[in-house]
Amino acid sequence: MFKKTLMAMAMGGTLAAGAQAGEIEVMHWWTSGGEARAISVLKEMVEDEGHTWIDFAVAGGGGENAYTVLRSRAVSGNPPAAAQIKGLEIQEWGDLGFLANLDDVADANNWDAQLPTVVADFMKHDGEYVATPVNVHRVNWMWANPAVFESAGVEIPTTMDELWEAADALKAAGVTPIAHGGQAWQDATTFESIVLAVGGADFFEDVFVEHDQDALQSDTMIESLEQFKRVSNYIDQGAPGRDWNVATGMVIRGEAAMQFMGDWAKGEFTAAGLEPGSDYICAPFPGTEDAFTFNIDSLAMFKQPNASSTEAQMAMAGLVLSDEFQQTFNLNKGSIPVRTDMDMSAFDSCAVEAMDTFKSTAANGGLVPSMAHGMSTTSSVQGAIYDTVTEFFNSRSMTAEQAATQMARAIRAAQ
Amino acid sequence: MSVTSKKGLDYWLPKLVLSPTVAIAIIFIYGFIIWTSVISLTDSTILPRYDFVGFEQYVKLFQNPRWLSSLWNLVVFGTLFIGVCMVVGLVLAILLDQQIRAEGALRTVYLYPMALSFIVTGTVWKWLLNPTVGIERFIHNLGWESFQFDWIVNPDMAIYTVVIAGVWQSSGFVMAIFLAGLRGIDTSIIKAAQLDGASLFSVYSRIIIPSMRPVFFSAFIMLAHLAIKSFDLIVALTGGGPGNATDVPAIFMYQFSFQRGRLGIGAASAVIMLMTILAILIPYLYSELRKPKDA
Repeated sequence: MFKKTLMAMAMGGTLAAGAQAGEIEVMHWWTSGGEARAISVLKEMVEDEGHTWIDFAVAGGGGENAYTVLRSRAVSGNPPAAAQIKGLEIQEWGDLGFLANLDDVADANNWDAQLPTVVADFMKHDGEYVATPVNVHRVNWMWANPAVFESAGVEIPTTMDELWEAADALKAAGVTPIAHGGQAWQDATTFESIVLAVGGADFFEDVFVEHDQDALQSDTMIESLEQFKRVSNYIDQGAPGRDWNVATGMVIRGEAAMQFMGDWAKGEFTAAGLEPGSDYICAPFPGTEDAFTFNIDSLAMFKQPNASSTEAQMAMAGLVLSDEFQQTFNLNKGSIPVRTDMDMSAFDSCAVEAMDTFKSTAANGGLVPSMAHGMSTTSSVQGAIYDTVTEFFNSRSMTAEQAATQMARAIRAAQ
Repeated sequence: MSVTSKKGLDYWLPKLVLSPTVAIAIIFIYGFIIWTSVISLTDSTILPRYDFVGFEQYVKLFQNPRWLSSLWNLVVFGTLFIGVCMVVGLVLAILLDQQIRAEGALRTVYLYPMALSFIVTGTVWKWLLNPTVGIERFIHNLGWESFQFDWIVNPDMAIYTVVIAGVWQSSGFVMAIFLAGLRGIDTSIIKAAQLDGASLFSVYSRIIIPSMRPVFFSAFIMLAHLAIKSFDLIVALTGGGPGNATDVPAIFMYQFSFQRGRLGIGAASAVIMLMTILAILIPYLYSELRKPKDA
């Protein structure tokens, strides 16, 4: 009797899987409400294919905890099948020889045609696909409360000059113009948008991708730093150490007029039941409407010891770029799909605008990797930039020239 | 033969029972100290890698302005934290030692902060010190509008808020150590001094405090290692900010090793932290432990 059941179960399993059913362990830190819902879609899809999904979620926003666990697992020769790794970290793991080749899946699904070249390059190590992109966040957004702007009698700014005028008017009206959280990465997020506004996309790449020493100490850089420092006049006293979502809350409640943050902030507005366009405004950071600072989440695939796990891994890699997953995941996460050929009708106006800019900048230039979110450089150089940016922003005596020199030196030391 | 039979079970059992502990200590404390030192001489990035580069990581470390400022912060914090804790602890202990009523209850009150973790202390003080929600706002609401207490958001003063929170947490514990020390002093000496007409002040300053040297020693060691490894308090209180104003070596070490993929430089900073502790401990241990032999 028992034997029969077992056989039936085994047969059922085989039939459902079609091919070989394997286990796939996925390490990620998509643990907050919307994110957890988003990733559970992938889990269901993988299980529908007959594979077993082992969830290996390590909480901790920026993923530091997860990276620590991943490192120890990799050192002991037992890495998970897939891990949420992004940007140049993918290259670092590729250099260490841990990542699996996904070219077969990529060819079968025509990734080269579906993904913008800039995105695809991030997923490749030595010309081979080793990771699959999950979503695209635009970082250079400004989130504004239109009611606050209206009561102060100012328009939503579209250039840096207008930004300071608006900020002065808002301050005079008694509201905090800029909701800011004084944490290194938030300082850096604001700073990189200002560099983009002041210097443009080419300068941004010179500085944050090429780390050109002349550009780093140029007048444009000093000008960017000075503009960045002006932000500190328009933030409130409670800013140091504040989390980004608390700052978003200030905009939602009308205590502050605007926040400079990537499009994950949209989740907070949505959760508060607000509608884009009327209750809150998503606008490009002033002076950067023709540019797109991207932050791409991705799943890197680690080499597996047995064939069935590899099979499951390849199946999942294919599923990540499917229409269904891209749509559901990104609707939950607030980001946009990585594939430019998707139907955007289910998405809100902010996401549609982001997608339009994503496509146009991918074709015409202006699509740049985010420094603050680890896309443009290694974590070590990124950390060196963070240190200088946050020190300068909080210092009372450091000049913009000193900051530029110190940043150039710190980057050289970290390379 | 009789010697070997004496060295039977009685002789070997304690050694046998202790040996796992000793082995664990050797591997997990001294072994890892050696391993960290070895890593600090390599160019390891996200994973340990054994390409030796000599003292390059140490050179990089001391060229890093953030490391230098974190060392300076440690000096400021460590000195004030140890000093203020000792003074407050000693004063509290002496006051409690005056045969007062409800001593037990008061002792518990002062000792209670020690029952909290530094994370809790840090979070509570973060709220208290935050000018938009804490003490400053409270005083403003009472009507004193010009009152200002914004140390925690002021990069020049933020390190002192860490001292405040640290002292609040640890001085009760120091008090308990001192109180035990005070109680351990032979009362006949004190009575003899009083008979000779010594004032209460000189009894304390000439007899009691000098005879508590070993107690000072223990308290100092406890506080010094708390200061040098301080991490959780600062992470909860200021997160190392504003900017890098309250950065300390332990935070630097954690960030470089585990967040920025620079294991080599992280290991080098850990070794320097160890050296700092040893530099304080060894001369102190040497001078304190050789005394009984001289006497």
